Amino acid sequence: MANTIQWNGSELAMEVEHRSGTPVSACFQCHKCSTGCPIGPEMDFLPSQVMRLVHLGMESEVLGSQAIWLCASCEACTTRCPQSIDVAATMDALRIMAIDRQVTLPDAHGKQFNRSFLGSVRRHGRVFEMGMMTLYKLRTGDLFSDMDKVPQMLAKGKLPLLPNRSGSAGEVREVFRRAEEEEKRP
Amino acid sequence: MKYAFFPGCSLDATAWDFGRSTRATCRALGIELVDIPDWVCCGSTPAHASSASLAVALPVLNLQKAEAMGLPVMTACASCYARLRTANQKVRNEAEERQRTERITGKPYNGQVEIHHVLDVLVNHFGVEQVRARVARPLEGLRVACYYGCLLTRPPEIVAFDNPEHPTCMDDLVTAMGAEPVAWPFATECCGASLSMTRSSVVGRLGHKLLSMARRAGADCIAVACPLCQMNLDLRQSDAIKSHGDLPQTPVLYITQLLGLALGLSNKELGIGAQSVSASSLLADRRPATVASTGGNP
Repeated sequence: MANTIQWNGSELAMEVEHRSGTPVSACFQCHKCSTGCPIGPEMDFLPSQVMRLVHLGMESEVLGSQAIWLCASCEACTTRCPQSIDVAATMDALRIMAIDRQVTLPDAHGKQFNRSFLGSVRRHGRVFEMGMMTLYKLRTGDLFSDMDKVPQMLAKGKLPLLPNRSGSAGEVREVFRRAEEEEKRP
Repeated sequence: MKYAFFPGCSLDATAWDFGRSTRATCRALGIELVDIPDWVCCGSTPAHASSASLAVALPVLNLQKAEAMGLPVMTACASCYARLRTANQKVRNEAEERQRTERITGKPYNGQVEIHHVLDVLVNHFGVEQVRARVARPLEGLRVACYYGCLLTRPPEIVAFDNPEHPTCMDDLVTAMGAEPVAWPFATECCGASLSMTRSSVVGRLGHKLLSMARRAGADCIAVACPLCQMNLDLRQSDAIKSHGDLPQTPVLYITQLLGLALGLSNKELGIGAQSVSASSLLADRRPATVASTGGNP
């Protein structure tokens, strides 16, 4: 993206800008993103504070934060930022960096959900909820939450017992493999 | 009017009633939907939060298939819609992104396929006045909080068929159906989306905030156009009430279900009955004596 300012020479800020394609360093701390963030009350750092941590190069604080995993990607911040920073894309970049660097996460639910969801897509070409939820629960050890919802969803036909496999599942598997190769390119 | 239809994973499972009502309503209006053959998952939030290249390649696999059909794409899920539009824009505007995506998918694609949400199709392509003219069973007296949520209108550079802060397309449709849209301030507030699985307590708090505001504004029910909005407000409604205080039970219906009713389709044709919070007494109260001749009635 054009007009990126290399603020303070922070290596972290430069990497986040490169990965997210958005000028994080242009943030002037107006807090509009934080004011409108629906998840603000639960976050350890508000979105504008996440931006500031990036400016200051505070890598372990920002990559180890709850905030980046609590972001629901609702895009309110991105829509409202007066500096046209894609704040939600910044959160994505930070999540990807946290996984890449094997940072100790405050809790692994977000990571395990994404892993279980994408594993299901890789296998069937589409999400198979029952399989995805089982894997997610095994991986997090969170076996009993929401179990009361299962009979209700089964009764309403909202939780199919078999995957609705795509005829292009093989193609999807190849796409996952090649995407991994691409991500490894320098 | 003919579209390549991208149902997406939810519309065959957790939101099958959205799928059925979208198909039935379009059929009733003469909007032809042809499923994209062997469509694949758009990757949704787990893809864009995990891999920048996968987040573009998965939607593009579908857009390449649609391009071969020579039709514009229509989708109903707000998340699929946002992912398809985002990927399309990246491929169209960024040469590097396009080259990487073509290497991953093994096929050329330049981002030229048109992508529309079913609301865009109904309101802007088919037309609100045309919808009004087809209403066989006006939903008189029904007060509806139109809930747009996040991704139908945000970010405006990507989706762009209604105002991002004050959208009106669903309200216009509800008015055309003979029902009454209520004015309420949370129409574009987030429901917590996929935190439903990972942090259900957050979804409970947000859901309660939305449901109680809809009630304060005088709504009898909430209309949605996104599978996650529906699930978070409906399936998790009893939990939200348990944790955050009592509220009257509020049915959460897809806008296509309400529209289908107004067009005279039956509950069965629209998947009404698939909600956790039943809409039957609400809709039964409103059912006028002169039931429309088309579609029958259960």
